[in-house]
Amino acid sequence: MATYPADLRYTREHEWAKIEGKRARVGITHFAQDQLGDVVFVELPKVGAKATQMKAFGVVESVKAVSDLFAPLSGVVVEVNQELTQQPERVNRDPYGTGWLVVIELSNPAEAETLMTAQHYEEFLKTAGGH
Amino acid sequence: MTQPDPPLKRTPLHAAHVRLGARMIPFGGWDMPVQYSGIVEEHRAVRSAVGCFDVSHMGEFEFRGPDALQTLQRLTTNDVSTLGVGQVQYSLLCYEDGGIVDDLTLYRLTDDHYMMTVNASNIDKDWAWVSSHLDGHVEAKNVSEDTGLIAVQGPHAERLLGRLSDVDVTTIGYYHFRQGRVGGVPAIVSRTGYTGEDGFELYLPAASTAVVWEGLLAEGKGEGATPIGLGARDTLRLEMKYALYGNDIDQTTNPLEAGLGWVVKPAKGAFLGRDAIERVRAAGLARRLVGFEMVERAVARHGYPILHEGTSVGVVTSGSYGPSVDKYIGIGYVPTALAPVGSGIAIEVRGRGQGARVVKTPFHPPHVKR
Repeated sequence: MATYPADLRYTREHEWAKIEGKRARVGITHFAQDQLGDVVFVELPKVGAKATQMKAFGVVESVKAVSDLFAPLSGVVVEVNQELTQQPERVNRDPYGTGWLVVIELSNPAEAETLMTAQHYEEFLKTAGGH
Repeated sequence: MTQPDPPLKRTPLHAAHVRLGARMIPFGGWDMPVQYSGIVEEHRAVRSAVGCFDVSHMGEFEFRGPDALQTLQRLTTNDVSTLGVGQVQYSLLCYEDGGIVDDLTLYRLTDDHYMMTVNASNIDKDWAWVSSHLDGHVEAKNVSEDTGLIAVQGPHAERLLGRLSDVDVTTIGYYHFRQGRVGGVPAIVSRTGYTGEDGFELYLPAASTAVVWEGLLAEGKGEGATPIGLGARDTLRLEMKYALYGNDIDQTTNPLEAGLGWVVKPAKGAFLGRDAIERVRAAGLARRLVGFEMVERAVARHGYPILHEGTSVGVVTSGSYGPSVDKYIGIGYVPTALAPVGSGIAIEVRGRGQGARVVKTPFHPPHVKR
């Protein structure tokens, strides 16, 4: 799989969103998981919780670091990846697949316009976000 | 305006770390590898095979002369008179008020020649402290810059080092050392470490440290020898409840509450901090450093409050995921009443109390050579 798949949209805080109709599946990018190192704990909202674009909705912790997770898009959390409770390392191994975090039912799909394409995100990493 | 940070110092192995693709971070004024392949993988390599650590940033002081023993008896808390040539002793430097200047290991090289190993971030402070307390005919020398230090830790450490060393490493006991050569380089081969595994620490001339590092990794391929960063060094020592200066012990903690009373020997005579420590002993300890594991799913971190019945009663000094115990573990200070194993406490994580309990330590059984 590509390092930054073309069918996803990206935030400046290194989350991705895969928009599927009125819903978006959300995770963190390859860059984010690599920077964090071994993920050992993921704290996610409950189904039914509200998500607001670029507001924290959860926390991911590696051995060394604690990082907030920011919602790429606003809406209601309709699915949560429960597998990550027992296997948080999936976020490292498969950040765009089994390491997904939540699915959000979008309240304002137009917000997607504000997210970066894969190409823009890679350029962003080379400048501001890429150290 | 803030002062610009001074440039980070580099160990003799800096170029080797960069070449190996290590992730470098600032640590105590040094540019050090935090990880190579990943902290958990490196942690497991040390528990199951053998890992090589660059700890050249640590400091070494030498003490030489007829009054070296007397000086060290006054400076350190342990009884130096029991330390034979070829032995290593864990000990502390304390202030007059009983607070800890640093923890250290002391080597007796010859009858009147000792070497003290101190923490990297404390070298300047410690050197000023010991320099101002020299007593009689003793010459002290800070040889930190000239000395490289590599730790070789894990169940295969003895086999690997045995092939590279001209001393019979199998006969070196725990907390003993011998002087010889490793890969042709003069070395102090010390059976000590900070991981809970069997292993060695090699004191080397700074200029030849890289040769030994490359030799260990090349010769150890068959044993699975792996470079290990500071990240795994921290999780390995945490599982042993080994104190880390600046996290678990510092100038505000006394040795007794930190569980280091076993290296405080008041019967040996006067030493810096003795009176204050003995007053604490007589009055009874208000708090103790304990190990705990999380009962609820949360990660405890340095500085998080420890709660009991909703009120803050202590503080987490170290906490993380323990890869070998596969639990979220930590250590911290709690009131003496909550120190017994099994006591229920909570850790405040992002504003919420998360259940934890005091457990027996070390968290993971040590496999050091006895």
